[in-house]
Amino acid sequence: MFLHRLSRVGFRIARTSMPVSRSSTSTSYFGAIFNRFMHQMTNHHFSTTAINEACEGLENKEKISVTFVNKDGEEKTISVPLGMSMLEAAHENDIELEGACEGSLACSTCHVIVMDVNYYNKLEDPTDEENDMLDLAFGLTETSRLGCQVIAKPELDGIRLALPFATHNFAVDGYVPKPH
Amino acid sequence: MGRLFLHGARLLSRGFCSLGSNRISVCIVGSGPAGFYTAEKMLKAHQTVEVDIIDRLPTPFGLVRYGVAPDHPETKIVANQFSRVAKSERCSFFGNIALGSVISLSELRENYDIVVLSYGAESDRSLGIPGEDLNGIYSAREFVWWYNGHPDCFNMAPDLKSTDTAVILGLGNVALDVARILLRPVSELAKTDISDHALASLQDSTIRKVYLVARRGPAQAACTAKELREILGMKNLHIKIQQVDLDISPSDEEELKKQRIQKRVYELLSKAASSPHCPPAEQRELHFVFFRKPDRFLPSENGCTVGAVHLEKTFLEGKASNSSLLPHTCKFGRGEFEDITCGLVLKSIGYKSLPIDGLPFDNHKGVVPNLKGRVLSSYQRGHEAVEHGLYVAGWLKRGPIGIVATNLYCAEETVASISEDVEKGLLTAASGTPKPGRQGLLQLLENKNIKFVPFSGWEKIDAKEKMVGQQRNKPREKVTTWEDLLKASNV
Repeated sequence: MFLHRLSRVGFRIARTSMPVSRSSTSTSYFGAIFNRFMHQMTNHHFSTTAINEACEGLENKEKISVTFVNKDGEEKTISVPLGMSMLEAAHENDIELEGACEGSLACSTCHVIVMDVNYYNKLEDPTDEENDMLDLAFGLTETSRLGCQVIAKPELDGIRLALPFATHNFAVDGYVPKPH
Repeated sequence: MGRLFLHGARLLSRGFCSLGSNRISVCIVGSGPAGFYTAEKMLKAHQTVEVDIIDRLPTPFGLVRYGVAPDHPETKIVANQFSRVAKSERCSFFGNIALGSVISLSELRENYDIVVLSYGAESDRSLGIPGEDLNGIYSAREFVWWYNGHPDCFNMAPDLKSTDTAVILGLGNVALDVARILLRPVSELAKTDISDHALASLQDSTIRKVYLVARRGPAQAACTAKELREILGMKNLHIKIQQVDLDISPSDEEELKKQRIQKRVYELLSKAASSPHCPPAEQRELHFVFFRKPDRFLPSENGCTVGAVHLEKTFLEGKASNSSLLPHTCKFGRGEFEDITCGLVLKSIGYKSLPIDGLPFDNHKGVVPNLKGRVLSSYQRGHEAVEHGLYVAGWLKRGPIGIVATNLYCAEETVASISEDVEKGLLTAASGTPKPGRQGLLQLLENKNIKFVPFSGWEKIDAKEKMVGQQRNKPREKVTTWEDLLKASNV
């Protein structure tokens, strides 16, 4: 578990440190947040000691609250440790989120819909690779993401995620996420 | 044989112990993504369901094993999920049982409350143009089966040494897969689970130039952005796209705004066309050729091998140009022709499902007529008659399109139909005596002296492949003949 967490932090650093080639379809709407996050990551988690400390911190306490809304509109609120992906969190809590490629960014089955645009805007932009997969997601919306790419961080406390079939209800209620 | 009976007895006792008289017996034909997703959802939806999955091959997972390209290992991870389904208590796998030859559809229907057909599409569309039977012309499906070690194509032996040019007809993901395999450095392929015979052949390949020929334009390309991005980004590969082909009509432009995938694909192609390149020596070339349809194949000097593809320029007309669903109605020949000289042609113009005895089949669409997965025996509008207890899922239901995950929703729909029918009591046997299910299948196989491969047999094949693969620094070395597969499964 610990090693797993550690490797993910390493991965996140690698990813956020790399020059990000943005697809022309995505906007840099929250580029500022993204850059600040990146800055933080590269500075604070630079040494392995720092990573260890960070991980122990994550492991011990900090959790955020996430609500999943399933296909029938039923809600389940769970606590997710910082650094954990929504895909893993769902599976640890018996939430029926598919995960065909087990988080390797090769399928679109862990598609979730962020129900509040404000939370959506707190996420980093999807990478080209995530967008390639979102292309193929069933019932794509403007606030769709892959569950494996949404990683728990403090700003996301209280986020609500709908599984794709639940979106039918939004449509009926006239909920239309605003494009940005 | 003793082993078979022993196994059969174990399966039987398991079936009897776990479920009471409410048991619903389900047989799923075909163990690809559609079959396994259907099995998983059936098992979840009904606690009294017992699912048997049969496959004509000794190995499960269908296109996950024999369709997905060897350099896409992440896409194959879903096999883990399917294995968990196969090993669940109420599910059993029976490999090496071909529907239509060793067992008939009516036999299955006599023995099971529910039969779901998800045997996919194992044939190909043809172009129907002169010269199509020349040597050196293959369907992309055969080529894919060959490099993926399918036991029906291990001896295909395409000649990759007598030409420097291959033409691929079509621009879907399969076309991009085969182009990538032809162009990718062999050192990279060697680390994948590509079949040994294909790797050896590609090692000696003289092909340096691949043409991807599409009947329509870059705004109608059938591939997805992921596959396109991958091939456009390959090292030492020179991409050639005619700038003039990228000029799109105002109606195309309008349409692209609405179609997310097509828009992103078009943007990738435009970017690739305009990016500067200075080709180093010995590099490979990939040409995208739009607005051309094959008119005929011309023989080479020896008269029996393909030497060139004769192409006719096409144009798209008005609103029809955006109709990706009606590809046959929107391209018109212009009476202008050109040839591409080549020694290998791979037709990647679509798979085709095959009918079997006793199954309603729409030959025009190449699918089984169905209503949300319920097989229809007559399908004129307003006169739909349902075949009770018979369902379809996957490519056989909706045609050969979509990705692995498409089958998730496809299976969900079929299972919802089944559940509705179960609730309505439509699936209880008219005679009142319950159908024998697995017991009946085992009896049938015993009577016919058919040896099946249980999931544990596949696990033996799997273990062997992984072991040999490890020695060669590959994830697995596929066993590629029927004989060896059966031997490895220890039937």
